[in-house]
Amino acid sequence: MTNKAFQRIYTQLEAITKATVSLKAQGVSNDELATVAGRLAQVVKIKGDLITLQVFSGTDGIATDAEVIFFGEPPALNVSDELSGRFFNAYGEPIDNGPKVEGERRYIGGPSVNPYKRRQPSQLIPTGIAGIDLNNTLVSGQKIPFFADPDQPYNQVMASVALRADVDKIILGGMGLSNDDYLYFKQMFENAGALDKIISFVNTTDQPPVERLLIPDMALTAAEYFAVDKNQKVLVLLTDMTLYADALCIVSNRMDQIPSKDSMPGSLYSDLAKIYEKAVQLPDGGSITIIAVTTLNNGDITHAIPDNTGYITEGQLYLRTDTDTGKVIIDPFRSLSRLKQLVIGKQTREDHSQVMNTGVRLYADAANAKTKLENGFDLSDYDMRCLNYAKDYSNRLLAIDVNIKIEEMLDTAWELFAKHFKKAELGIKQELVDKYWKGND
Amino acid sequence: MTTKGKVTGITSNLVTIEVDGPVAQNEICLIDLEGVKLMAEVIKVTGKNAFVQVYESTRGLKTGDKAEFQGYMLEATLGPGILSSNYDGLQNNLSTMKGVFLERGEYTSPLDTEKQWDFTPIAKEGDIVSAADWLGEVKEGWLPHKIMVPFSFKGKYTVKSVASAGQYRINDTIAVVTDDSGDDHNITMVQKWPVKVAITAYKEKPRPYRVMETGVRIIDTLNPIAEGGTGFIPGPFGCGKTVLQHAIAKQGEADVIIMAACGERANEVVEIFTEFPELVDPRTGRKLMERTTIICNTSNMPVAAREASVYTAMTIGEYYRAMGLKVLLLADSTSRWAQALREMSNRMEELPGADAFPVDLPAIISNFYARAGIVTLNNGKTGSVTFIGTVSPAGGNLKEPVTESTKKAARCFYALSQNRADRKRYPAVDPIDSYSKYLEYPEIIEYLQKRVESGWVDKVNKAKNIIKQGKESFEQINILGDDGVPMEYHERYWKSELIDFIILQQDAFDDIDASTPMERQEFMLTKVLEICDRKFDFDGFEECNAYFKEIINIMRQMNYSEFNSDKFKGYLEQLNNKINQQ
Repeated sequence: MTNKAFQRIYTQLEAITKATVSLKAQGVSNDELATVAGRLAQVVKIKGDLITLQVFSGTDGIATDAEVIFFGEPPALNVSDELSGRFFNAYGEPIDNGPKVEGERRYIGGPSVNPYKRRQPSQLIPTGIAGIDLNNTLVSGQKIPFFADPDQPYNQVMASVALRADVDKIILGGMGLSNDDYLYFKQMFENAGALDKIISFVNTTDQPPVERLLIPDMALTAAEYFAVDKNQKVLVLLTDMTLYADALCIVSNRMDQIPSKDSMPGSLYSDLAKIYEKAVQLPDGGSITIIAVTTLNNGDITHAIPDNTGYITEGQLYLRTDTDTGKVIIDPFRSLSRLKQLVIGKQTREDHSQVMNTGVRLYADAANAKTKLENGFDLSDYDMRCLNYAKDYSNRLLAIDVNIKIEEMLDTAWELFAKHFKKAELGIKQELVDKYWKGND
Repeated sequence: MTTKGKVTGITSNLVTIEVDGPVAQNEICLIDLEGVKLMAEVIKVTGKNAFVQVYESTRGLKTGDKAEFQGYMLEATLGPGILSSNYDGLQNNLSTMKGVFLERGEYTSPLDTEKQWDFTPIAKEGDIVSAADWLGEVKEGWLPHKIMVPFSFKGKYTVKSVASAGQYRINDTIAVVTDDSGDDHNITMVQKWPVKVAITAYKEKPRPYRVMETGVRIIDTLNPIAEGGTGFIPGPFGCGKTVLQHAIAKQGEADVIIMAACGERANEVVEIFTEFPELVDPRTGRKLMERTTIICNTSNMPVAAREASVYTAMTIGEYYRAMGLKVLLLADSTSRWAQALREMSNRMEELPGADAFPVDLPAIISNFYARAGIVTLNNGKTGSVTFIGTVSPAGGNLKEPVTESTKKAARCFYALSQNRADRKRYPAVDPIDSYSKYLEYPEIIEYLQKRVESGWVDKVNKAKNIIKQGKESFEQINILGDDGVPMEYHERYWKSELIDFIILQQDAFDDIDASTPMERQEFMLTKVLEICDRKFDFDGFEECNAYFKEIINIMRQMNYSEFNSDKFKGYLEQLNNKINQQ
């Protein structure tokens, strides 16, 4: 942050908590940035001349005579094409030993797009993963999180989705990334030779948690520059939003706010919505798509963080380990892409919708058969066939290590249908069966 | 002399202003932020300090910034041109805004002041009139839009003159009326009304006595909503709340549809913007957009305006009701509004109620629901506002404050069940937990006997009973196994499945099945119950399963075919043969 003329400097703190300091000062504006003993802080409350500042890196060791310098403006990011290929910290400062980015200074967390100016998302984003493309197709302008337990390889899945997607820019917002995962992303991007279209804003686990609060706004300010000003297709990756929400919780707690469900702040929904709703299809062709990660506690989606997220996002992709095959799959029951109707059968083959539904329904029949088996009831011939089908389906379509084109996914599904079932058991429209059935029957 | 003040405190969008004169609760003030005017509403006053909630971001605001109080509460602007408009929560016209982004301080006029309207007088010179009486009308699309004596006029007035038929703009004087003391008042086509105050300029508000048909079987047949009634749809995410609400908006038997998108996804509003101008209302043959107004305050728009958005929507609804029209108001979702109240209450450091919601939440919700209703106007005609709100219960748990408060206020309860949604049984309305209190109203029972057939409500209750029995049987089968229960259990279970598949489940994406007229609902329920009444004699549960699966398949094909078409009759014959075989 540069020094400016006429900076207002104060040296008398009135109060210190773990995340905030308060002091008396004049002419301070809401949301404005400051440094407290050299650490970046932001104005969060003004009461008369008493100003409360949230210190991003924590207040450890700050003394009551610490120097406070106000900047007179909210957090900002310099935007230009120079952002491409660079790695930044939560304040938008380079961490790759490269030069400072020159460009137009934009305040982060800017206004929302007028809903009337939005366009309906309509462009399919292929990922090669059948659990996504076949059952939960992604569309540009969509916002969707992975719901995953901490032991699932969500960052790996997200990285491969990003690199396969046909987009102009990929912007990574890493919140509380472990250093290993940060290096993993870096290496993946380098190996793919895609560095020039990638921009990263990273806060790692060894950095203070409150800094994370800046990451999504930084990433999305950069995204809006490329999508709005340059009409580009931008994919934003946010991982892990649960850690972001935890940071919100810390700050609201320090500010004596009354907690609501799961000790989260009452404004959690609005706070998350402000981020996710930046996903947009713009009239001039640019778009922002957001893929996020929300880690769960033992698959509990009723916790306030995944619950509020589910109400905001357009579906969720649920990762789980399939006990039959030992593979990580995209769970077809709990996962959902709300926007898939906009593209399936329109930008994909005519049988997509029916094949998708039938595939999942038969998998559900297998789940019922499994319950029967566990409860000690006899299995019918149909039940047995369902169980065999489920193993194949999980292995060849649901597993996240699948990487094939959508046509192949559909063909694979037909092949499995023919292997395990009779035509009449599919319940698919006759004309489609006549055209695509792969068996003799 | 207007009251002025200066900013003394800021916590997010709660701002404290020291004032130099009188201020009213809920009064609007404009705060000057370097030339940009931010609109705010007074929500608390202590001594010289007014606490205001700002409808915009307060970034950059400083202590000492100036504010000016406006002397009125948040108002809706009412006049021709509201239909097919897209407003934000404060009734700014979104379609006339310039940039891609919503810049703060950009306020646009709700109505087009230059447009010419074709006016026809109704009142005559010398008529005695009072608030909400009709003076004339203009054609708004295909609807007769009445120009009324403003709701704020108290007492009786004599009509001095009414403009002759012709073209006028909304701000032109179309009538002059004289009050008791002989003063003249000019009346234009536009009036303002504070959104938080109910419009009560009608003769009386009877109990609802008619049913509003939606074409959704699980509502119309099982738990009908009355015209002027209230209902709510709680459900976890992914259970089809929005699809169900859109279906009601498309098919609801109403003259005017007002959709308040309150704190929900922007892309859902975009869907309405994109589809409604193309979709045709089957009853009038006109485009759906012509009867629809959207009030949208999506989740990323300023939180304080969420509350405003539902009140603005209700006020517009009451305005059209006063014209003798049937209005259907949909709000998605009222939980977001309650959360906005919670955020403010929290910032004001009020003592919290359950889950940190303000303690007066139940009162606020029931007051709001009470504004719906069917009314008899001064001229004896009727108008109605039917209100259906959705609730997004945290964690899908219906035992939370917003759901519980709403349950006390609304008369119809359409609980969306995760279990039904997981099994793709849409609309996922739970047939056992849901209810319509209107089915107990003698007026409604009598209406349905006439509208549908005598004994209709008994049939409906019978169907509900079969569903309950089916559920019990299903549980027994699950515990004891297929072979462990008597044959009747299987039969009972499959009869309830028949009702489930044919009456309850409905394909919102199929052109024919999406909307079922009442005649057709009557026919199908009668047919289904006829099958349920039969005693079957199956050899084993497998035969029973297979038999009912076949019946269900035939009847589903009927649902997908045009009513009484040859195709439909063909399936009916197939069905009758199948029944008689047994």
